Amino acid sequence: MKTYEKEIVIIGSGPAGLCAAIEARKAGCQVLVVDENRRAGGQLFKQIHKFFGSGKHHAGMRGFDIAREIYAEADALGVEFWLECVAYGIFNDGIGLVKNGKCCLVKARRIIVATGGSEDPVAFPGSTLPGIITAGAAQTMANVERVLPGRRIAILGSGNVGLIVAYQLMQAGAEVCAVIERAEKIGGYGVHAAKIRRAGVPIMTRSTVIRARGTDCLEEIVIAQLDDNGKPIEGSEKTLMADTLCIAAGMTPMSELLWQAGVKFDYIPELGGFVPLHDGSMKTTIDELYVAGDVTGIEEAPIAMEEGRLAGISVAVAEGRLAAADGEKLRVEALERISALECDGRKAAKHRQLSEMQLCCGKER
Amino acid sequence: MREGISYTGIPTERELKDCAGIPDEGRMARGPVACIECVQCIPCNPCESACPVGAITIGDKISKAPVLNAELCIGCGSCIAQCPGLAITVIDKTYSDTLTSLSFPYEYLPLPKAGDAVDAVGRDGNTVCGAKVVSVSDRPENHGTVVVTIAFDKAYSGRVKSIKRLPGREL
Repeated sequence: MKTYEKEIVIIGSGPAGLCAAIEARKAGCQVLVVDENRRAGGQLFKQIHKFFGSGKHHAGMRGFDIAREIYAEADALGVEFWLECVAYGIFNDGIGLVKNGKCCLVKARRIIVATGGSEDPVAFPGSTLPGIITAGAAQTMANVERVLPGRRIAILGSGNVGLIVAYQLMQAGAEVCAVIERAEKIGGYGVHAAKIRRAGVPIMTRSTVIRARGTDCLEEIVIAQLDDNGKPIEGSEKTLMADTLCIAAGMTPMSELLWQAGVKFDYIPELGGFVPLHDGSMKTTIDELYVAGDVTGIEEAPIAMEEGRLAGISVAVAEGRLAAADGEKLRVEALERISALECDGRKAAKHRQLSEMQLCCGKER
Repeated sequence: MREGISYTGIPTERELKDCAGIPDEGRMARGPVACIECVQCIPCNPCESACPVGAITIGDKISKAPVLNAELCIGCGSCIAQCPGLAITVIDKTYSDTLTSLSFPYEYLPLPKAGDAVDAVGRDGNTVCGAKVVSVSDRPENHGTVVVTIAFDKAYSGRVKSIKRLPGREL
């Protein structure tokens, strides 16, 4: 098996991976980014809406423009990219990759895992019918491949993903017949909800899809209201015609590589379930292994970018490419940008993740 | 069912009244002015820097809702397309003796054309009244957010927020 040697290997070329690469490379590290997709940029290319934040967070830019900008920066700095390259394991003697259809091993001095998250499925009778897809799949089809997944679409989940996808599918020319939400409150931002309400889309809270029907593909969904215990209320069922149902019911960190490598985890529901423990430098419980972005807990792209920067700075300091004081200055700036974006819930959840890490490391040392 | 932006996606009268981005009736009666319907605290501030006269304030802590100084606001509309949440409109109740105009962000195709008769809709997407398109401004610096201005019967002033999407080509 062919073996390569690299200083820094970053797994995942989304917002976190790209920003990590930029910081590490700027400091003089040799950086390789691997990604299983055809192009770098991760989920940012699906984001055709304008981002919140301030000027320091690319506010007002559309996601795909941010992806183009940070990819161009990484490329100009001389970051090496191996695309359509799957990382299948992190072993004692290196990272196992499939490159051009062949297995190879890359020995890295330090690794940053920025693999992002995956969308959670929802199961109900009929949920395997063609036409029932994830919200992310709908975005890939409509916004990247320019194929409309359906004409009359329902969305399950009213978090920002669900609301934004509803809007984007209408921009692509589809009719969105409903956004369905289990909770009493809409999950995403009010402005996103207001935008689709103005477009005439009903948001049905305390409701869920209990059944999907169709001969060869989705034709209709049955929606029921939920009682205080989250159980469907008998007699509240309503049938909606829809050829597509997009599931936007939450995400989970894509952390298989970290589990396999033996990193310690904690279960923090607010961050999407099991999340790897890491310290303020984004280092995990394994010395050479760092994390950034949604794999550390599900959040928004602007925070993923800043976590990527933190990880990139940290590996550069650890490799002696960046003086500790210079690294600390950059770190403080990135933390300030994160703090401007984070809500109280995030702060508390992240605090828990960091203190678990301290406890964990304290015990071992 | 509970009301309000977090429950229905539509702000209540109370939420609108308490919203620091919305000018009072007196100011609206004096000419074009911005209405910033940003009733939740979101970490976001492009509207602040978009304003050429410094009428919008969020401050260093960006996770606050914008405060509009309606006396300073000249109703120029520079903020409309800069709001990532598409929450800003400019209303002109002095547009004519009988008509109010509203400028709002629009990101659907096809675009309306000046002179078109369209359906003006409210916050729930239902048609409020007929309207005429006054202008359609698609400026490169707005990166695809088009500002459409419509005029409609004054009687519907507070209720109109946008227009019904125009039918696209057959899919």
